[in-house]
Amino acid sequence: MSVQVLLPGVLAALAGGEKHLDLEPTGATLGDLLDALEGQHPMLGRRIRDETGAVRRFVNVYVDGDDVRFNGGLATPVRDGAEVQVLPSVAGG
Amino acid sequence: MTDLLAIGTRKGLWLARSDDERRTWTLDGPHLLAQEVAAVSIDTRGSAPRVLAGIQYGHWGPTVMWSDDLGGSWNENDHGAIRFPEDTGAALARVWQLRPDSADRPDVVWAGCEPHSLWRSTDGGRSFELMRGLHDHPHRSTWEPGGGGGAVHTVLPDPSSDRVTVAMSTGGVYVSEDGGEKWEPRNKGITVTFGPDPLPEYGQCVHKVAIDAAGPDRMYAQNHFGVFRTDDAGISWTSIAGGLPADFGFPVVAAPRTPGTAWVIPLVADMQRVPPDGRLRVHRTRDAGETWTELGEGLPDGNWSAVMRDAFCADDHDVTGLYFGTRDGCVYASADEGDTFTLVADHLPDVLAVRAARLT
Repeated sequence: MSVQVLLPGVLAALAGGEKHLDLEPTGATLGDLLDALEGQHPMLGRRIRDETGAVRRFVNVYVDGDDVRFNGGLATPVRDGAEVQVLPSVAGG
Repeated sequence: MTDLLAIGTRKGLWLARSDDERRTWTLDGPHLLAQEVAAVSIDTRGSAPRVLAGIQYGHWGPTVMWSDDLGGSWNENDHGAIRFPEDTGAALARVWQLRPDSADRPDVVWAGCEPHSLWRSTDGGRSFELMRGLHDHPHRSTWEPGGGGGAVHTVLPDPSSDRVTVAMSTGGVYVSEDGGEKWEPRNKGITVTFGPDPLPEYGQCVHKVAIDAAGPDRMYAQNHFGVFRTDDAGISWTSIAGGLPADFGFPVVAAPRTPGTAWVIPLVADMQRVPPDGRLRVHRTRDAGETWTELGEGLPDGNWSAVMRDAFCADDHDVTGLYFGTRDGCVYASADEGDTFTLVADHLPDVLAVRAARLT
């Protein structure tokens, strides 16, 4: 399975300068994807989630355009070929 | 001899240097721009000074960063210097205090954090371990947040023993005599205005504690109303607020070399966190709080700002230097124990923490 992760510019430096990452998670949920991302880029993973595994309060994650807060959160299914976008919330900061 | 001043603000870190015995200062920054720097420390125990910063990335969470080249470059632990263990179910909210231990414990650094927690590093601040003895204390469920959040904001390791003293908002003063394993509250005499019992065993909102140069058993506490002194390592506290224009405020600083000398910066009250009559003044005692002298040369009138608990510090020169930063972004310095102050910087963001050190 292959998933594309889109990062904001402020986080790209933590992914080797890449705003687009292609990941091959072993599981099928957003949580599995973020585990895979953190395994490859631990500092980037920490920016998105805290040590309990929860997505940080002012970080928004969209799977194929849908805000995961309003569907399954970390349990949101992520299909093969999905686009997962990470953005800083307009609140916070 | 160079003197270094580290200034942590809500939007970055500034460093100021003096190469003329603290007469003039050159400002360098911003470093860590747009990051909140609520805790800062200058560790001079190693071959090169290390500036440690407790930062908050805003959206992206808190961590500890360090620089070994006076801000030229910054480092952080890939996995986060401070991470709550999984079984706690907690996540770091803010680093409130970074405190290097004594010269004979060269790699030990302490951190006080939110949620209420104490951490200890043995690698110079690159990684920290949760001090379970305090975290698992049976009083934990009673420790409520103060106005700024619930945290261990003060950590005072005793260089001559295994004693560690912490202060938290709220919770009060807790002391360990065994290096951080077992803890007991020591707040007898420190008052509470926000609960039915004015003198509870614990639960106080102690804002800051400082150790007197006379020795570790004498400490000063600036409380949420009230200024206190203990001469028995916190077992009992006595009010020393007589002579101050107000007994509310955040920081208290003790001279590191002169017993009985300490400073506070009064604010009117919890509901009026401004200097009395808008006159920003430092008050000094030379007799461990029996009497106080107002100091204002070089300090402004018409100032309605405040000084936060970690935004006031002393250096360790024979004649103590003082440094403080305000919420309206001004930083003042004194090379004569507060007799006179000069402006080091202005128009900075909210100043949250200042620390000074002599560099050889």
